[in-house]
Formats: sequence, structure tokens, C-alpha cells
Amino acid sequence: MKKLDQNKTFLNRVLDSDGIISVLVVLLGFLCGTILIAMVGRNPLNMYKAILQSLTGYNIDNGKMNVRYIGETLNYSVPFILCGLSMAFAARVGLFNIGGEGQYIMGLTVAQVIALLGPQVPVLHWLLAIFGAIAIGAVWGGVVGILKAKYEVSEVVSTIMLNYISLYLSRIICLHLPGATTYKTANYPQTALLTNSFFERITNNSLLNDGFFMMVIAVVLYWFIMEKTKLGYGMRATGFNKEAARCSGIPVVKSIALSMAIAGAFAGLAGGIVALGSFKYGRVLSGMDNYGFNGIAVALVGNSTALGTMLAGFLFGMLKNAQALMQSKQIPKEITFIIQGLIVVFIALRSGLKLYQQWLNKRQLQKEIMKEGVAK
Amino acid sequence: MPEYAIEMVDITKTFPGVVANDNVTLRVYDREIHALLGENGAGKSTLMSILFGAYSADSGIIRIHGNLVDIKDPNVATELGIGMVHQHFKLVQNYTVTENIVLGMEPRNRWGILDLSKAEKRVRELSELYGLSVDPKAMAESITVGQQQRVEILKTLYRNANIIIFDEPTAVLTPQEIDELMDILRRLREEGKTIVLITHKLKEIKAVADRCTVLRRGKYIGTVQVADVTEQDLAEMMVGRAVKFEIDKAPAHPGPVMLSVQHLTVKDAVGNVKVHDLSVDVRAGEIVGVAGVDGNGQSELLYGLTGLSPVVEGKVFIDGEDVTNLTIRRRIERGLGHIPEDRQKHGLVSEFSISENCAIKNYYLPPYSNQYGLLNYQKMTEHADELIEQFDIRAGEGAGTPAGSLSGGNQQKVIVAREISLSPKVLLVAQPTRGLDVGAIEYIRKRIIAERDKGRAILLVSFELDEIMNLCDRIATISKGSIVAINDQDQVTEREIGLMMAGSKKAEA
Ligand SMILES: Nc1ncnc2c1ncn2[C@@H]1O[C@H](COP(=O)(O)OP(=O)(O)OP(=O)(O)O)[C@@H](O)[C@H]1O
Ligand SMILES: [Mg+2]
Repeated sequence: MKKLDQNKTFLNRVLDSDGIISVLVVLLGFLCGTILIAMVGRNPLNMYKAILQSLTGYNIDNGKMNVRYIGETLNYSVPFILCGLSMAFAARVGLFNIGGEGQYIMGLTVAQVIALLGPQVPVLHWLLAIFGAIAIGAVWGGVVGILKAKYEVSEVVSTIMLNYISLYLSRIICLHLPGATTYKTANYPQTALLTNSFFERITNNSLLNDGFFMMVIAVVLYWFIMEKTKLGYGMRATGFNKEAARCSGIPVVKSIALSMAIAGAFAGLAGGIVALGSFKYGRVLSGMDNYGFNGIAVALVGNSTALGTMLAGFLFGMLKNAQALMQSKQIPKEITFIIQGLIVVFIALRSGLKLYQQWLNKRQLQKEIMKEGVAK
Repeated sequence: MPEYAIEMVDITKTFPGVVANDNVTLRVYDREIHALLGENGAGKSTLMSILFGAYSADSGIIRIHGNLVDIKDPNVATELGIGMVHQHFKLVQNYTVTENIVLGMEPRNRWGILDLSKAEKRVRELSELYGLSVDPKAMAESITVGQQQRVEILKTLYRNANIIIFDEPTAVLTPQEIDELMDILRRLREEGKTIVLITHKLKEIKAVADRCTVLRRGKYIGTVQVADVTEQDLAEMMVGRAVKFEIDKAPAHPGPVMLSVQHLTVKDAVGNVKVHDLSVDVRAGEIVGVAGVDGNGQSELLYGLTGLSPVVEGKVFIDGEDVTNLTIRRRIERGLGHIPEDRQKHGLVSEFSISENCAIKNYYLPPYSNQYGLLNYQKMTEHADELIEQFDIRAGEGAGTPAGSLSGGNQQKVIVAREISLSPKVLLVAQPTRGLDVGAIEYIRKRIIAERDKGRAILLVSFELDEIMNLCDRIATISKGSIVAINDQDQVTEREIGLMMAGSKKAEA
């Protein structure tokens, strides 16, 4: 009985800590994934081999080391993290930004346009393209914010609609770019690329590029704005209790509009980095890249904190990089989507876990009452 | 032994940084009204939450009707016949009264289909038996606060509670509703229920309670027979020193008009005119009280003055400047302070710490922010520490304590401390002492008068005539959104104000 009591307080403590929950949920997701693989008759160990390889570059089967995998994992993580920050920033102000995908697409599109048509001056060229991507993302998010703040248009509805508008607008624009075919444009001039020769050297020619630095800056900026500036203070207050914030004179309308613009800027940056870092030519998108949508999951797992979102983004990036490796080891790559999906479901089930805790307590009580009855 | 309905022995409960209950013992006889008295943060709500199964005690035992029990969650408490009427009602707004009452244990007919008429009948029976008049078919959102509370009581009765806990039930009620509640409590006792009543109002304890247990800073002080003691005795027992109920105050020396309200008209959220052509002036160095029955436009008047609701017609001047169309922040900057009526909704961000809450109106100004927009948390903490000290705010983890974990009275102290520390020219005060213990009430009232003497113009809204008569220099009686009359405090009696509140002109009174 004593021990059960301790269990209860342990469970309580766990439920009270968002960080621990996230870690547990991720482990649980992997556990389910492992069982699933075993159920379809494959060896789950292969999945972990693939994950090990994408994390460290070490191939356990032949003992070879290829650091390129580390670089790719990091590179895949960058848009996940940035789109996660986009979702998280809005969430902290009490908004649900499903529009990360659209903001990402617009960032990508504008970066491609500037890359192909902008002035071919070293540094300035890609800088311009990246700033263009950030700016259009901010506009794309800011419009939603203004609609929400001024006219109470639900941000959920408006962002979903904007996602489709973005996709088709992007296609129309990109089909008119130089050398456009149905799926790609001409190659970018050298000055537009984000390639980082140092990264290329140490990661054995992976695609890891200057976008990585931008992501790190974005993470720090996110933390800094939220926790250290008066702007962030107003936004957090608005997110926690909009009415009290308003009553205290905090300009909540401005906070909401601005927070959506900043959220959009993060997603736009993600689009710009993918456009100029992972490809040498512009793409005419036929579907969505889904980084924006996955950003929602990343922010959820990361509890909308800067550090948490970054770690969750790395996890998603690693899984994405592990997909190809898994396939080569006869593990269906879809398993990674299942794991990601499960993680999100489990996070949402948190309140369910609380119910379970209540149930445990109740059963415990019944046992004790029965015991007492016997004693009498 | 079994004559005790409730026995809580040596209960200890700690929260981070505080011992909320320190070896507390509470023994309640069957069929008595037992009052629980103590300062803000003394641990009353915590003790009752333990009895109701919302918290579990670190140590101690509980017996209900002589049987040892382990109340691990509220469901167990319900099974044991313990019901609780919380201070903040938890009704589903777009359900009817009956639906709210049966929620979670809906009666079903033979085929397992919801049988609301059966439920309605039972609700009607119960409400007749206990004198709890409320329409079983009314929507929860359309009934008054007092009626909502009755629904909460019916909810416990419907679940066959024979022990009912009331946590500060009168804090949200108008004086008339309080009288009615007192009758209901007596009725419940007559019908064999056992009642625990938490309240800060000694008058109510004297009126209905049989015995009273006093807590101070988490410790058990004693249990007394209410008939044997005076209000003064109770106050001393709880605070540990003599308390003054009447506040000495020097006559006011009013200066120039600081707040001028001219022909103000304000609508509520759904567009009904709630304040109509209202005019009043408040001068520096005086307290003007707004007396009236709840719902006569007091809230909307304050919303219009602070900028929470748009003004339809009329003008508001602060120190001669027209602020009618300014934003809330600009009005605050012009020197408007506001102690809101609803502290949960408007007063505090409960996830924020005390220090963040204390700076919520001026965090963007030096010394809390520098010219680059960076926050200075240390300055906030220093300021909060000062206020905690000055206003005797009891918080487990000092300035870093989340406001939401404070006891009700201490939350109110944080708001009052913040507003006074901003030294506004005009201070709007709504229900400043709601939920405060007598010691704290004494202190807050003194501070409000001290603010007056510093030359602030104060507009005070309160449903308690006592408070109005005690604090104000002039009294404006409001009825149906308009001012009936404005009288000097010494020119009018409580009875006359009561009549005017009902709508009659003073001349007729
Ligand atoms: N959930 C909680 N977490 C941390 N501390 C808490 C929590 N609930 C209560 N406390 C602390 O326990 C102490 C007792 O609080 P409690 O709410 O029981 O006081 P109270 O007697 O009901 O006061 P009041 O009259 O102001 O409502 C306070 O110091 C309070 O800050
Ligand atoms: Mg309390």
C-alpha cells in the first residue's frame, strides 16, 4: 500500500511535467512502432539500426562510417524546427496556426523568384531571397492575424483556405519562371545558393547549408522574444488570459496580429531555406511538402518552448532521414509516419492518462475497503 | 463517537513552500451548521478540498459517521454523501437547470433512454422541500447568480448528500440573496443535513452557525460555541489581535474634480442599454460610493470608464482631459486605476507569477523595460517583494509564486496592492474586500482611505451597504442604469439608500 502511494505521487509528478510527458510519449510511440514491425514479420532491430545510422552515420552491418547522414539529418530538421516555431509562437498567444504550410510555400516561392531573377551579387543575392521569404511569410501570417484581431475571423478557417491559395498561386508564379517545365525551373545562379563549403567538407558533401545557422538564430530569437522582451510579455499574457491582458491595457489586437506575422515569418524562412539549400533549381510544386503541417506536431511534442521545439524538430528530421535507410533494410518507411502520428495522438491523450490515474485511485480504494471489511 | 458526522484528525497538507494544514483537527456534529473561520490563506479551502477528495492529505485520518474512510477523489466523496458548493459555479451554460443537476447521473427509463421528466419531478420535489425556488426548465445562462448557487445546492441534494460544504457562498451574493441563503441553510439543518460553512463574514456566523472552528496560518486554534462569543472575540481568535470594525477617518478635503462622467450611455455585450445618461463627478480627495442592487449597470459603468466597453454616448474626463475615445492603456497612463469586480477574468493572469502580475500595467515602461524593449525581471521581483511585505500577501514561493495557486483572498490582495502602487489619480474600485478576512478588510479599507487623503479621486462600487456607509464621503445610488440621487454620507441613512436602490426618489422615502 505504501508503495502504491508512492506510485501515485510519481504519476502525479510525471503528469505535472510537460517535458517528461513528451519524452515518455516519444518512447511510447517507438515502442508501438517496434511492435508493429514485429507484427508484419520484419526485424524491429533494423529500424533502430537505421536510426542509429541517421543519427551517427555509423552503419552497424558493415562497420562503415559515413558522416554524411548526420549532415542530412540536421538539414532535414531545419524546416521541421522552423515550422514548429511558427506553430508554437502562435500557440503561445492562444492561436492555432494551421497556415504554416501556406506560409512555407509562399516563402519558398518568393525565394525561388528572387533566386532566378534577382541581382547576382555574392551574399546579397541569397540574403535578399531569404529576406523576401521571411517578409512574405510575415505578410501571409499577418493578414490572418489582422482578420482575426479586427474582425474575429477564425484563424483556423482562414489559414486552411490560404494554404490552398498559396499552393496554386505558387504554381502559377513558378510556371512563369525562366526555364520552367511542369515540375522544375532552370538552375539557380551560384550566388543564390546557401551551400556552405565548410559543412560540405566535414559532412562528406551532405546538403547541410547556411540555413542551419539561420535556424539556430531563429530558435534563440524565439526564446529571446518570448521570455526577455516586453513584446513577448504582452503576448504571453494575451495567450494565457486575453481578458485580463486587455483590462490591463495590453494591446491584445496588436499582439494577435503581430504574433501571426512573426509565426508566418518563421515558416516563410523555412520555405526559403528549403528552396535555396536543398535544391539547385526552383520547383513547381505539385503537392504540399507537409513541413508546415508537421510543424504542428513538432510544436505539440515540444510544448511550444524554444528548446523543446528544437529537440522535437530534430526527432522528426532524424525520422525523415531514416526512411530511406529503413527501406533498404526491408522496413516500410511508412512506419515513421505511424510513429509520428502515434506521438501526436499520445500527446493528445494526456487528459486520458489523467482519467486512468483517477481510475487507479478508485480501484485502490475499493481494494482497501474490501481489506478493511475482511479485517472486521 | 458516531454523533460526529465528520471527524478530520491531525490533517497535514503541504504545498511547495507552505504548510497549508498543519495537524488540523475538525469535528462536526451530525445536523449542525459548523463554521470554518480563518484569515486568507489559513487553509480552509484546502481542508475542505481534502474532505471532498480534490486533494489528498499528507497525513491524518478522516471518519464519516464514525467510519474510517479514504477519500481519494470527489466520486468517493459523493458516494459517502458529501457534497460541495464551490465558490465558482460550474454550470453548463446552455443546459437547463434540470440537465445541469442530473449531469453525470441521468435517470433512464426501462429502455435506457434519458428520462428528463422524471428528473424534473425529483428536482421540483427537492426544491420545494428545501425552499430552493428555481425553475427546473430555465437555461443556466439566464438565471441570476443566487439561483445558480441554488442549482449547485440542488445538485448535491440530488446526489443524496447529507454533508454539504459551502466555500464562501455569500461572497458573490447580494444582501437580499444572503438573507435567503441563511434561511436555506437553516432549512437544510432542519431536514437533517450537516453543513460546513466557510465565510469571512462574522455576522453570518453569528446568524446561522452552531459552532465555529478557527484556523490561523494552517494551524488549529480552537472550536467555540457560537452563542457564547461575540463577533469581536471571533475576529481576535482568528487574527490573533484586536480588530477594529469601524474605520476612523477624518473628514474629506475634496479638491478639484478629477473624474467627470457626463451623460454616459453604455450597452452590454448583447446590445441592451445598461447605463443610461449617467453623470457623476468625483473630486480629488474624496470617495464616492455607487450603491445599488447587482445588475443595475454598475459593471457596465466601470467597463465604460475603463474602456473595456465602448461608450455609446456621453463623455468621460480624467483631470480635465477627455478620455472617452482613448484606448485602455492610454487611460491607464492618464492616471486611471481599476480594481476589477471579477478578479479571475480581469484582474490576474493566473499562470503568471506574482511579480509578473504586479507589473502587468507598466511592464513596458522603465524600470521594468529598458529603451530596447528588454524586460528587467529583477526589478519586477524587487517591486513584488515590497508589495508582498507591505500588504502581507501570503505566498508559498514568494514573488515567483504563480498567482493561480494563491488563496482567494491573497489574489485579491495582489490586485489591490498593484493598483495602489501605481498611484493613479482616479481609482475605480469594485468590491475591494470581496473574499477578504476581517484583518485584511481593515487593512485594505485603511489603505483606500489613505489613498483618498493623498488626494486621489476614488469611485467605489459595492453591494455591501456597510462598506459604502463606512468608506464613502458621498453616495450615489444607482437604479436601472441611472443615478437616483447623490447624497453626502452623513445626510442619509442605510434605510433611505435601500429604498432608493429599489427605485424610489429620496423625497418619497
Ligand atoms: N494548488 C496549490 N498549490 C500551491 N499552494 C497552494 C495551492 N492551494 C493552496 N495553496 C496555498 O495553501 C495555503 C492555504 O490556501 P487556502 O486556499 O486553503 O486558503 P483559504 O483559507 O481558503 O484562504 P481564503 O480565505 O483566502 O480563500 C495558501 O498559502 C495557498 O497559497
Ligand atoms: Mg478559500
